[in-house]
Amino acid sequence: MDLLTFARGPALVVSLAVFVLGSLWHLAGVLLRPRMPDLSPARQGAPEKWLGALRAVKHGLWPRKEFGQAALGSTINGYVFHIGLALVFFGYAPHIAFIRRVIGLSWPALPDLVMYLAAGASIVSLLLALGSRLLNPVLGKISNLDDIITWAIVILPILTGMAVVAEPSAAVLSRDRVIYPVPLAIHLLTLELLLIWFPFGKLMHAFLFVFSRGATGLRFSHRGVEV
Amino acid sequence: MIASDPAIPAFDKQDGQSDEARVEAAMRSFVSEFGVTTALHLESCVRCGLCAEACHFYVTTGDAKYTPVYKLEPFRRAYFREASPFAPLVRALGLVKKPGIVDLEQWQELIYDSCTMCGRCTLICPMGIDIAELVKEARHGMFKAGLLPDRLALMDRTARQWGSTATPGEDLPDILAEAGRSYGVDIPCDLDSADILVTAASAELSEHTKALADAAKILNRIGVKWTMHQGGFDASNIGFNNGDMELQERLTRALIDTAVRIGAKTVILPECGHAYGAARWEAAKWYGQALPVRIIHMTEFLDELIASGRIRVNRIGETATFHDPCQIVRRGGLEAAARRVLAALGFELIELKDHGVTGYCCGGGGGVVSNQRATTLRHKVFEMKQQQIEATGAKRFVTSCGQCRITFEMGARHAHWDKPTESLLELVADNLAG
Ligand code: SF4
Ligand code: SF4
Repeated sequence: MDLLTFARGPALVVSLAVFVLGSLWHLAGVLLRPRMPDLSPARQGAPEKWLGALRAVKHGLWPRKEFGQAALGSTINGYVFHIGLALVFFGYAPHIAFIRRVIGLSWPALPDLVMYLAAGASIVSLLLALGSRLLNPVLGKISNLDDIITWAIVILPILTGMAVVAEPSAAVLSRDRVIYPVPLAIHLLTLELLLIWFPFGKLMHAFLFVFSRGATGLRFSHRGVEV
Repeated sequence: MIASDPAIPAFDKQDGQSDEARVEAAMRSFVSEFGVTTALHLESCVRCGLCAEACHFYVTTGDAKYTPVYKLEPFRRAYFREASPFAPLVRALGLVKKPGIVDLEQWQELIYDSCTMCGRCTLICPMGIDIAELVKEARHGMFKAGLLPDRLALMDRTARQWGSTATPGEDLPDILAEAGRSYGVDIPCDLDSADILVTAASAELSEHTKALADAAKILNRIGVKWTMHQGGFDASNIGFNNGDMELQERLTRALIDTAVRIGAKTVILPECGHAYGAARWEAAKWYGQALPVRIIHMTEFLDELIASGRIRVNRIGETATFHDPCQIVRRGGLEAAARRVLAALGFELIELKDHGVTGYCCGGGGGVVSNQRATTLRHKVFEMKQQQIEATGAKRFVTSCGQCRITFEMGARHAHWDKPTESLLELVADNLAG
C-alpha cells in the first residue's frame, strides 16, 4: 500500500473514528456530569431559559464596546483565522471533491484566488496569534502545551496544502490521477492528525463554546442580567 | 512567592492538619464541585487572556499573575486529573500535575486576596466562563484545607459562634434600642409574629447603625408589621465569601427558619452585595426546595415602595454618580432599580465611565475588604475608581452596598479624599416626604 492509499484509506477511517467517537465521549463526559437545579425564583420578566442561553451565545460573538481595543484586536484576529480556515476547508474545489468522495455531499466551490487569499490571511493571523502567545506576559502565564500543539496541528494542513497547490484547481480536478502523490498524502495525513487531536485538546471549544456560554446565559438571565 | 508585599507572608494556615491531609481535603472538595456548568467552564477556556483586560486587579497593576483564569490553576488541574472525560489518560501519562501543598499555599493570595468574585471577567470572556463562581468553588476546597487568610478565618470562627461577625444575637436588642434612641425611631425586635423580617449587614451592627434606623423609619412609615430577630439578623454571609459551606448553610437557614417561625412572608436584605448573592440566589439550594418566603434587597424594596406610591421622597435636585455593587447589579440584576430610586430623589445621574453591568468592582468584594493583606491592591483599585468618580464632575457619590461603602471610605481615608460615599437607603430615609 502506498502512502496515498494509506492516507485515503485506513488512516482516514481511523482518524474520522477517533474524531467522532472521541468528541462524543468528551461531550458526553462533560454534559452528563451532575446538574444542580436552580431553585431560586427567577427575576420577574426574565426570558425563557432557552432564550437566555441563546442570547448569551449571541453576545459572545463580539466583545462589548466597553472593553475597547484589546478585546477587539484579538477578536478580529480570531475571526480572520476561523473564517479563513472555514473558507479554505469548505470552499476549495479539490476539498469539495474529496468530501463528495467520502460522504457524497457537494456544493459550489469558491474561486481559487479567494482560496489563496483566505489561506494567506489564516497563516498571517496564526503567526500573529503565536507571536502574542510567546511574547505577551498574560498569555505566557496561562498557556500550556495544548496551545502549542494545537497551533502546530492547525497550521500544518494549511502549509502542506500550499505545498501541493502548483496549478489551478480546475486542472487538478480534470485529471484522473494524482501527480504529486506523496505531498498530497502528507497533506491528508496532517488533516488526519488534526482530526485525531481534536477531541483531546482545545479544538473542542468548537463544540463546547455553545454550551459554555449557554450555561452562563441560563444562570444570569434567570437573575435578570444579560451577559 | 507571589505576595504583593514581600514583607507580608503570602499565605496563612489554620488548624493542625498535615500537608497531605490539606491537599487531600482540597482535592476532595474540588472534585465535589465538578458539576456540568463547572466542567463546561473549565473545559472551554481557549487561553486567549482577554479576561485579564476586564479584571481591576490586572488593569491597575499590569501584573500577569492577576489574570482571572490563572487564579483557578489548582482547581483546573484537579478537574483535568480527576473528573475530565479523559482523566485516566491524563493521570496515566502525567499530563497535568497534581496540585501540591506549595501550589495551594501560593494560590491562596490569588484566590482570596485578588479576586472579589465580581464577575466582570465573564463579560469579556468569549466562552462566557463564570470565573467568579469557579473561584468561589475553589474557595470551598481552600477552606476545607485550612488555607484561608487568617483575618477571614477569625471572622469565620466568630460567625460560627455568634451567627454574625459583628455581635452575638443576645446583644441585638441592646444595639437596636441604642440605635433607636440615637435616631429617634422605634426598631422592633424579636416579635413573635410579623409580616416582614428585616436583616442587617455586619457593619450596620457596629459602625453604620444609622442604616438600622433608616430602614426602621421607612418600614414604620408604611405601617407594616415587621421585626428584626435574634434568630436570624446578620445577612452578610461570611460563609459565602470564605468558602465555608457549612457556615453558609447555617447562616442562610437562620434567616429562613426565623422568617417561617414568625410567619413572615418577606425577608428584607440590607444594603449588602454578598448578602444578596448568598440569600437571593443561593438560599434555596441550602434549603433544599423553593423558599417559602420572598427575599428582597433593600434597593428593590425602596424601588417598589416608591413605584407603588407607598412612600414619597423629596427631590434633592443635584448631580450624582452611582457605583454599581457587583453582586447586586452584574450578578444580581438590579441595575435599573437603583437608577429609578435615584431619579425619584431628583438626582441628575452622571454615569461613571464604566457602569451598570460592566462597572468596575470597588475592590473590596468577596471578603477582600476585610483582608488586610490586600490593602495595597485595594488602594490601587480605589485610585481608578476615584478617577472615574471625579471625571463625572458629579456633586454626590452614591452606592447601595455597605461593603462597597466601607471599601470606598477606607480608600478615601488613605488618599485623603473628602468625597463621602452615600447610601441609597440613607438618602431615601433622610428625604421621606410628608
Ligand atoms: S477570557 Fe475566557 S477563554 Fe480567554 S483566557 Fe480568560 S477564561 Fe479563558
Ligand atoms: S471575578 Fe472580578 S476580581 Fe475575580 S478575576 Fe474576575 S474580574 Fe477579577
